[in-house]
Amino acid sequence: MTEAVEHSVPLSSRRVTGSGLAMVAATLIALVSLIPLGFIVMVAAGSGWDETVRLVFRPKVGELLLNTLWLELITLPLSIVLGVTLAWLTERTDLRGAGLWAGLMVAPLGVPAFVQSYAWSSAFPSFHGLAGAVAIALISYFPFVYLPVAAQLRRLDPALEDNAASLGLRPLAVFMRVVLPQLRLSICAGALLVGLHLLGEYGLFVLMRYDTFATAIVDQFQSVYDGPAANLLGGVLVLCCVVLLGGEAVLRGDRRYARIGSGSARRAVPAPLGHWLVPSLLLLTAVAAVALGVTFVTLGRWLWFGGAAVWKLDQIGAALGQTALYALLAGLVATALAMPMAWIAVRSPGRWQRLLEAGHLYVGALPGIIVALALVAITVRVALPLYQTVATLVVAYALIFLPRALTGLRSSIAQVPVELERAAMNLGRSPVASVWQVTMRLAFPGIAASILMVALGAANELTATLMLAPNGTRTLATKFWALTSELDYAAAAPYAVLLIVVSMPLTLLLRRQSNRAIGQ
Amino acid sequence: MTFRRSLLAGIMLAASVLPAMAEDEGILVYNAQHETLTQAWADAFTKQTGIKVTLRQGSDLEVGNQILQEGANSPADVFLTENSPAMALVDNAGLLEPLPADILDQVPAEYRPANGHWTGIAARSTVFAYNTAKLNPETLPKSLLDLADSAWKGRWTASPGGADFQAIVGALLALKGEEATSAWLKAMKDNVTPVRGNRTAMAAVNKGEFEGAVIYHYYWFGDQAGTKENSANVGLHYFKNEDPGAFVSISGGGVLASSKHKDQALAFLKWVTGKAGQAELRDGSSFEYAIGVGEAANPALPPLADLQAPKLDPTQLDSAKVTALMTAAGLL
Repeated sequence: MTEAVEHSVPLSSRRVTGSGLAMVAATLIALVSLIPLGFIVMVAAGSGWDETVRLVFRPKVGELLLNTLWLELITLPLSIVLGVTLAWLTERTDLRGAGLWAGLMVAPLGVPAFVQSYAWSSAFPSFHGLAGAVAIALISYFPFVYLPVAAQLRRLDPALEDNAASLGLRPLAVFMRVVLPQLRLSICAGALLVGLHLLGEYGLFVLMRYDTFATAIVDQFQSVYDGPAANLLGGVLVLCCVVLLGGEAVLRGDRRYARIGSGSARRAVPAPLGHWLVPSLLLLTAVAAVALGVTFVTLGRWLWFGGAAVWKLDQIGAALGQTALYALLAGLVATALAMPMAWIAVRSPGRWQRLLEAGHLYVGALPGIIVALALVAITVRVALPLYQTVATLVVAYALIFLPRALTGLRSSIAQVPVELERAAMNLGRSPVASVWQVTMRLAFPGIAASILMVALGAANELTATLMLAPNGTRTLATKFWALTSELDYAAAAPYAVLLIVVSMPLTLLLRRQSNRAIGQ
Repeated sequence: MTFRRSLLAGIMLAASVLPAMAEDEGILVYNAQHETLTQAWADAFTKQTGIKVTLRQGSDLEVGNQILQEGANSPADVFLTENSPAMALVDNAGLLEPLPADILDQVPAEYRPANGHWTGIAARSTVFAYNTAKLNPETLPKSLLDLADSAWKGRWTASPGGADFQAIVGALLALKGEEATSAWLKAMKDNVTPVRGNRTAMAAVNKGEFEGAVIYHYYWFGDQAGTKENSANVGLHYFKNEDPGAFVSISGGGVLASSKHKDQALAFLKWVTGKAGQAELRDGSSFEYAIGVGEAANPALPPLADLQAPKLDPTQLDSAKVTALMTAAGLL
């Protein structure tokens, strides 16, 4: 018999040894990631109080705030409902070919949001505004929720559900009262990523002609030098992000999620779909068609038009190599940097931890250009040899994608029982060694998943790459951007196609690692 | 472990296809012009002179701002733009090397600033791209100023966030003064649902969502030469008459005063503004105007001389003021 996870003691009431060192490391990393915020504050402070008031309290900012609010309020619930529904269909029902469907549901992560919205705005030019923005954001970002929720659903011990059912709860009530609460951590992690991406994304909303803080900030930065207006908008954006993080922290709570009790959980019996089979298949097909079909057809049409002439293999090969190298480096560095924080968040939560965590996460809500300009300003002035080197670029990627690494790591560490770590310490290992040799090893699939998530994001990054990469660098994303802005869609198509082709196997690998992350 | 092995394999694969990174030889061009065009210039120049050219890509003011951040430490040797305001920005910071007469003389005086700190390398014309089913020569606006009229409410669009449109507003400001420009921008805020990007503007017109858009000419020609997917129902109207809407924007080229390869950088700029460089504009697919003395434009384009553009020195375009006015009008 398994003890109910809901009634275990909250972790914040316990102290865990070895947290001092991790705390120092996490604090240092948070300080580095505060560089962009420092840049914002510095420029804003230089503009004086009156100017600040004039630039913040103007109708345009109200417009943007409202736009951003609507976007979050509509997209977040929709992506949670969609992600959870699809995860339940592919993991807990008798659906045939569930593995294939699951692969298709993760695949949109391999299509950059700006390619997605390029294809849509090209196929349906009148599709834009709030509806367009929500739709494209939904199909691009719902896998952030789907992935962790599906992984969690696979590992849930069905004994709890059986108990609830034997006590007379109907299936729907079992789902709402027993299953859903156990998905809380995964849903929060996924929704947080969706929310942050909604705040920081630029390309998607430009093409959907929907003004958000990110698009307005980029407009300002492209118009003026050292613009206080842009930096103040950035400041308001950080405030929005703080609200989002606060909400997530409240919802996430600090309960324990590692299973206790002896033996291993058996696999859940798939729920029969019955007459829900046809609607379920329709939903899955529709999601796959909308999330992948339109983009594939549009790219296919451009490729067809371009013929063989557009495959300039030397250029494409070089861009592919650089993209892969930077993406993998970013994945490794971001994941390594996120480790101390992820461990603290699980093992020794508290107020200081929340603050540190916010320091790690907020950069994800900033458009790449702010991060890039901050790093340009700093490296040019105090670390010139690092300017426009791979090192600076990888640091930028790591900061931008820390949230991806952190949320993935956090939930996989949460599933490693703290008792094992303590046992290792009792047996004479140092705290660092026991975390490294026990917890991190058990959480390895989660670490792998984090590396992949960050790599996928870095491969699609545009602004920071343009400003910080070594001279002569061309990634698949920057080539696609340069060629589409010249209206040469046919020549741009191979880059988008390759970006997707390279990313697809990563998404499959990601799904496998996420499932293993929770012991399957 | 298979994941570790595939990770390792991935890194090795990536490193093996990675080309040699830019070495410290040849020149570095900060390029805000179309990459294909500048790459064609660079390749032909390298072939002829043996001087290696590395490009760094970005948009006008992004790159301009980056050079300002870098100051004297800038690794750039040459800066090329799409529009002149970004060039003026860098020039005003005193970061450009005055150009010798042999480069300046290759370009007519009307396509370069009087101070000789940089030169025009190409040009593009403002147009009113209109939906041919909804407007005809009778119903087209006679002047850019007409578009502020409430009769045009909801009927036209533009991309106010881009450097292109801001250069056009710069011309309006230089020609009609601050008061008139400010009033025009406020009317535009009321009249226009803005879009982002001139391509998007043209696509929306093509679809019939708007009757017209203020953009540059080459978007139409480029799309016509390609898939035509965004321009099949679009015609071009040139305002002419020295109207602010007939503004011809000059793409600039300059050499950084901090350059450590000045001779080679100047040679590149001389080559771009010379016969071979300008011929690339005539024969290539950029559809931008050649401006070199005696150089013909792409035969698909109406001759530059026929466009009756207003006479402006590019240094008169005040990008800072334009942004301030547009921010005040709520367009930014």
